[in-house]
Amino acid sequence: MNPIKTFLKGGVHPEENKLSADLPIQDFPMPKQIIVPLGQCLGAPADCIVNKGDHVLTGQLIGTAKGFISANVHSPATGTVAKIDVVMDHTGYYKPAVFIDVEPDQWAEGIIETDKLLTDIKLDSKQIIDKVKECGIVGMGGATFPTHVKLMVPEGKKAEYVIINAAECEPYLTCDYRLLLEKTQEFLMGVKILMKAVNTDKGIIGIETNKMKAIELLDKTINEHKDLYAGIEVQPLKTKYPQGGEKQIIKAITGREVPSGKLPIETGCVVVNVASTYAVYEAVQKNKPLIERIVTVTGKSVKKPGNFRVRFGTPADLLIEAAGGLPEGITDVINGGPMMGKSVSVTNFPCIKGTSGILLMTLNEAQDRRQTNCIRCGRCAMACPMGLQPFLLHKVAKQNNFDETESNHIMDCIECGSCEFTCPANIPLLDYIRYGKAKTGAIIRARNQK
Amino acid sequence: MNKYTISGSPHVHSTENTRKIMYRVLLALVPALLVAIYYFGWYALRLTIVTVAACMLTEWLIQKFLIKGPLTINDGSAALTGVLLAFNVPANLPIWMAIVGSIVAIGIGKMAFGGLGKNPFNPALVGRVFMLVSFPTAMTTWPQAAPIFDKGFFTDAVTGPTPLGILKEAGVGTLAEAGNMQFLDMVLGNRGGAFGEVCAIALLLGAIYLICRKIIDIATPLSILLTVFIFTGICHLIDPTQYIAPWYHLVYGGLLLGAFFMATDMVTSPMTIRGKILFGFGIGFITVVIRLWGAYPEGVSFAILIMNALTPLINKAFKPQVFGVVKPSKK
Repeated sequence: MNPIKTFLKGGVHPEENKLSADLPIQDFPMPKQIIVPLGQCLGAPADCIVNKGDHVLTGQLIGTAKGFISANVHSPATGTVAKIDVVMDHTGYYKPAVFIDVEPDQWAEGIIETDKLLTDIKLDSKQIIDKVKECGIVGMGGATFPTHVKLMVPEGKKAEYVIINAAECEPYLTCDYRLLLEKTQEFLMGVKILMKAVNTDKGIIGIETNKMKAIELLDKTINEHKDLYAGIEVQPLKTKYPQGGEKQIIKAITGREVPSGKLPIETGCVVVNVASTYAVYEAVQKNKPLIERIVTVTGKSVKKPGNFRVRFGTPADLLIEAAGGLPEGITDVINGGPMMGKSVSVTNFPCIKGTSGILLMTLNEAQDRRQTNCIRCGRCAMACPMGLQPFLLHKVAKQNNFDETESNHIMDCIECGSCEFTCPANIPLLDYIRYGKAKTGAIIRARNQK
Repeated sequence: MNKYTISGSPHVHSTENTRKIMYRVLLALVPALLVAIYYFGWYALRLTIVTVAACMLTEWLIQKFLIKGPLTINDGSAALTGVLLAFNVPANLPIWMAIVGSIVAIGIGKMAFGGLGKNPFNPALVGRVFMLVSFPTAMTTWPQAAPIFDKGFFTDAVTGPTPLGILKEAGVGTLAEAGNMQFLDMVLGNRGGAFGEVCAIALLLGAIYLICRKIIDIATPLSILLTVFIFTGICHLIDPTQYIAPWYHLVYGGLLLGAFFMATDMVTSPMTIRGKILFGFGIGFITVVIRLWGAYPEGVSFAILIMNALTPLINKAFKPQVFGVVKPSKK
């Protein structure tokens, strides 16, 4: 095992609460109707190319990407399009979606259905990226940035490392961990494909040390198949939030800092999430578009937490039902993990590409407490992994002083929430910083357009 | 329809809060209080109770009748000001003076600026310095430490000068004659002085607890103590007959109490490590200048207050290094 590495600046230690770590992935049964939102990624939603009454097959394209930052949407099931309407998704907004009445699975043409490991990579770099784009793969850690955009290394730059972000530093979530344990070889082939896509021979998998089983299993598998997985390394990382932040994991593994306002490729790194890596394998080797993912349903009072393989469009309340139903006293339903997830107002939102977990919390756990005066302890600044001064950004954002927010680097905030987590006065620091970021960002864009 | 809470992330929070921080600092001061009771008896306990009660009552009255805002009397910060104020005065100070000091500490030092977190100066020191200039005789008539088992719990103490007082008035030679160069006694607290400051061991015990609990940062006290040690050390090397050895300076007076419990006050000290080091250097430097060449025998309170005033500037000058931003290189 390699020596443990970490990022140095800031960071916090929330309770890990990986309740579902030892529970194997279960296939979730298909519901009667699925609701597939057309906007499942960062950027523009896809254009719908099916009509009411159409019959669609599993894996058939139903929405085409619109614009550069956008991703295709495929039908996660076989069935008839009942209607094209809006649905309230996890953001709380009504978004266009395709409603499909589900029939037994019938796979679209060209998809290879096999459980055998396919080790022969037939496509070249360009073809791999095209395939990733065609299959609608996005970053499945939660940010849902289209993966093919990441893989297109701009002219004059070189990708030196493919870094697989397996830190899973969010408390509670275990979907990536389970995938690593159960689909180890497929995952490693995915890493190999990504390395081929960006023309590098170095792939590093960064995992926090609270997932020792995965670290050992990956090390063992790589050693057993030295020729097949040449160039892939496992890098244990200290268990510290936000170890899985893109800039933090690059810093931890390579020691390089992504310059302020620039993309990770400046440091020669392409960072991809575990689930996305597995999806790349499925797409490139089996021609299978992204139509399902692992979702962790969890919470301290949840009766049967679990990791479910879910087709997109499955309403979240069915998953909660399968996890033993909605427990008493739940006040917070969170799409994602507790540090960066979004709270939702309904439980029947559809699961999409970025739904890594559904977390149910009681008022007591969510710790909504009364705000007191800032005592200038500076803990927020100590916790900030980006070296910012959250107390100051909070103050100037509140005053609508956007010159100050900009000069104090508000746009570098990664919204990890470490500042608010650590604040002894319970000040909603990140809420104001987000507000300041939105306003400052708009001002900067307007200025650049001139 | 919305039965669930909609809030921005993060949805979990550390269990730390302001109240816990204040109560932990109070807990850290308990050993020093116990030693004070051992050496100064009833007077130490009485004075502490009076200042704590007066500080809390002042804050409550101001919040209730002047500000008419939320009552935060149980957050422990007023009680802490009371304890620190008591620790910085002679044990036999008349009660009414202590009450006046408490009212000034909370009323002017803290509430006039808007309450907790908004005061530029350490409230306890504001109260102490106010008393020092208003009641100079009472504030510099120091009872000598005498174990309660020898003289009884309620007996009035014999007064006498503090080691730093002797040093100022009579010089190093007299200090040795007066028995104030027994280092062990100095460390244990068997000397004259403000009752909270005498016992170095008890203060260090509390300080270690606070450092382990990550409530105070070691940077500020370390910087203060090193500055004092090095500065007085140089003077001692130049002329040992006039300047006492540096280790005595560390345990004399209120340096340890000030360095660990007052200079580290979060509200009035800088936020970054580099800022804290500069802040500590300033306190150490001013303290030594006052002790060696100033009019007062002791200067920790003044040093901390002066550096408190500079804290906003230090915070502006020493910002944390932003990730991914390279400093413009000097050409």
